[in-house]
Amino acid sequence: MVTDDAGQGGTAAGRDNKTGHQGGAGHSMVQLITPAGERVSHPEYDPWVRDVSDEQLCSLYEDLVVIRRIDKEATALQRQGELGLWPPLLGQEASQVGSVRALRDDDFIFPSYRENGVAYCRGVDLADILRVWRGAASGGWDPYAVNMAIPQIVIGAQTLHATGYAMGIQNDGADSAAIVYFGDGATSKGDVNEAMVFAASYQVPLVFFCQNNHWAISEPVRLQSHTHLAERGTGFGMPSMRVDGNDVLAVMAATRVALDRARRGGGPTFIEAVTYRMGPHTTADDPTRYRDANELEDWAAKDPIGRVRALLDRKGLFTEEFESSVRNKADSVASELRSGCVGMPDPEPLDVFKHVYSTPNSWLDRQQDHYSRYLASFGDPAGATTEEGAR
Amino acid sequence: MTQLTFARAINSGLRKSLDNDPKVVLMGEDIGTLGGVFRVTDGLQKDFGKHRVIDTPLAESGIVGTAVGLAYRGYRPVVEIQFDGFVYSAFDQVVSQLAKMHYRTRGAVKMPITIRIPYGGGIGSPEHHSESPEAYFTHTAGLRVITPASPQDAHTMIQQAISCDDPVIFFEPKRRYHDKGEVDESLDPNAAPPMGQARVVADGRDVTLVAYGPLVKTARDAATAAADEGVSVEVIDLRSLAPVDFATVEASVRKTGRLVITHEAGQSGGLGAEVAASITERCFYHLEAAPVRITGFDVPYPYSKVEMHHLPNLDRILDGVDRALGRPNSLSGLEG
Repeated sequence: MVTDDAGQGGTAAGRDNKTGHQGGAGHSMVQLITPAGERVSHPEYDPWVRDVSDEQLCSLYEDLVVIRRIDKEATALQRQGELGLWPPLLGQEASQVGSVRALRDDDFIFPSYRENGVAYCRGVDLADILRVWRGAASGGWDPYAVNMAIPQIVIGAQTLHATGYAMGIQNDGADSAAIVYFGDGATSKGDVNEAMVFAASYQVPLVFFCQNNHWAISEPVRLQSHTHLAERGTGFGMPSMRVDGNDVLAVMAATRVALDRARRGGGPTFIEAVTYRMGPHTTADDPTRYRDANELEDWAAKDPIGRVRALLDRKGLFTEEFESSVRNKADSVASELRSGCVGMPDPEPLDVFKHVYSTPNSWLDRQQDHYSRYLASFGDPAGATTEEGAR
Repeated sequence: MTQLTFARAINSGLRKSLDNDPKVVLMGEDIGTLGGVFRVTDGLQKDFGKHRVIDTPLAESGIVGTAVGLAYRGYRPVVEIQFDGFVYSAFDQVVSQLAKMHYRTRGAVKMPITIRIPYGGGIGSPEHHSESPEAYFTHTAGLRVITPASPQDAHTMIQQAISCDDPVIFFEPKRRYHDKGEVDESLDPNAAPPMGQARVVADGRDVTLVAYGPLVKTARDAATAAADEGVSVEVIDLRSLAPVDFATVEASVRKTGRLVITHEAGQSGGLGAEVAASITERCFYHLEAAPVRITGFDVPYPYSKVEMHHLPNLDRILDGVDRALGRPNSLSGLEG
């Protein structure tokens, strides 16, 4: 099924120029599961998810629920002072699950800072997901252990890294691909545009996966673009798709199309996943200052989890037993997340000096030496690191 | 030994690195077919192919950012920024991405990237083509910053930079590109002086004169001129700007008791300030006079008809030497 924005349920962001219509009729939106949970057919995209069995559909549902639970638990941990900050992904679960589940293990992921659902699906250790936000490291995990770069805070900078990595794949003659995640706000950045120039020029195996969640902190997408974001890709000569980002199957199908093109030497693809950030940008902001409550209500009706649940229900798969197994899974993940967070040891004082360089640096060695003497002068190194100092 | 220009010496070093390691790739605007606007990469694409010597779109952030991605994949990119004043477009990718990736990934991801930047003035160029932006990069943790001052150093240090597992900013003094010198191309870079080591290029006993890159030649000329007046100047070529080899400078100042530092970049917050402060900390009781800085002014790089007033020259440096020695000089009579 192909819909326009209105067909998706009459979005606040899809009515007219005043309320934020993004023009450009070139890309209609791909949808395979309606907000009411009806599986609709699409001749072009159906074949790409034909192999998704009932069992796999259930597993996708579980991922969506678990990720929402991770998000909720992490938000709570932030409110309780255990995390310095948290960027909620509430509402964007299907975009993340559908895309990451389309990847092979040897494909490489370059995320922004909101892809915590992607990280979970990729098998990143739960405590490692929180490590950055707790302030215990600048990066949570070893990228090569999971083929996923660590979170990128500078908007859009990772799109160039992904492009370069894909240039490397191409040079190596490998058939893997790279995928890069970014938001609607990032499409305004120079780096993202430069990345699209490079990727298209060299025809590298890369998927530009743009989660249009409609808000860049307080700035609506209409401030970033007067066309559908998918049109941006077209402008760089890239095949582009506009997909219902709250529809896990549609996202998976689109990502598989793009990955297949990449592996066959067909170059980069731009995917605009049309979704919505239901929460704040991060736990530091207050969306009620900039967002209309009606808009939230409109999008709540298109919830990515509700529609899969309704589909499973229609298929007779949403049994009590299944529901309770998913709930148990979410509970145990949340509990592991919490214990991993509060049980995380603090870094050692001299850790600040580690890994700045991979080879010795005389300036830094001297500073480290002087600071370690200073710490030693207290007898108890830990005593010198309290806020008040040890004097 | 062969007589090579500075530019050919770098070209020869790049060629050896491309030969020795298939993971080395060169990237930049106009570096392939044209061989670079200064011809430093002349002939390399022809010999190594378009996948090793990559002509890129005109986008500095794109060039550095994609090099970061290539390094993620295990490559050792050597990036050319066409002119000093264009590196600012790539600033985030250099200081926030390249410099910090190793730290951010706790050592998992190495960034063995060399960024070649032709820098400095004295060639009569329009604006953005004569800048000395080294202090921005020496101030950034995670980067190494080096600059050769002779064809031999240019030849060996570019190879050392490429084989270094840390990111290296390689500043090429563009007004010296056509200077010729003896180059031993067979010299093993591992056997040559390390790129982080300063070098005493002229022995002296009265004043230590610290220079780097384009001004090393000027400093040596100043030392020769000073000798005619009976003043013995020890000239140190820093070679590495981050980290500075303070041990070598310190040993010299302990001997001479006087320090003059010269660079083309503006004075405030420049590398001269760091050298003056660090040496004062390290050998305050050996200093007979306050350190003296002879630098460019704190102005935008001036138009070419007046750039000779901005750039430290032999006479300005000698005036600085006089100040350090307490001899009559242009500031005589001024307090403080």
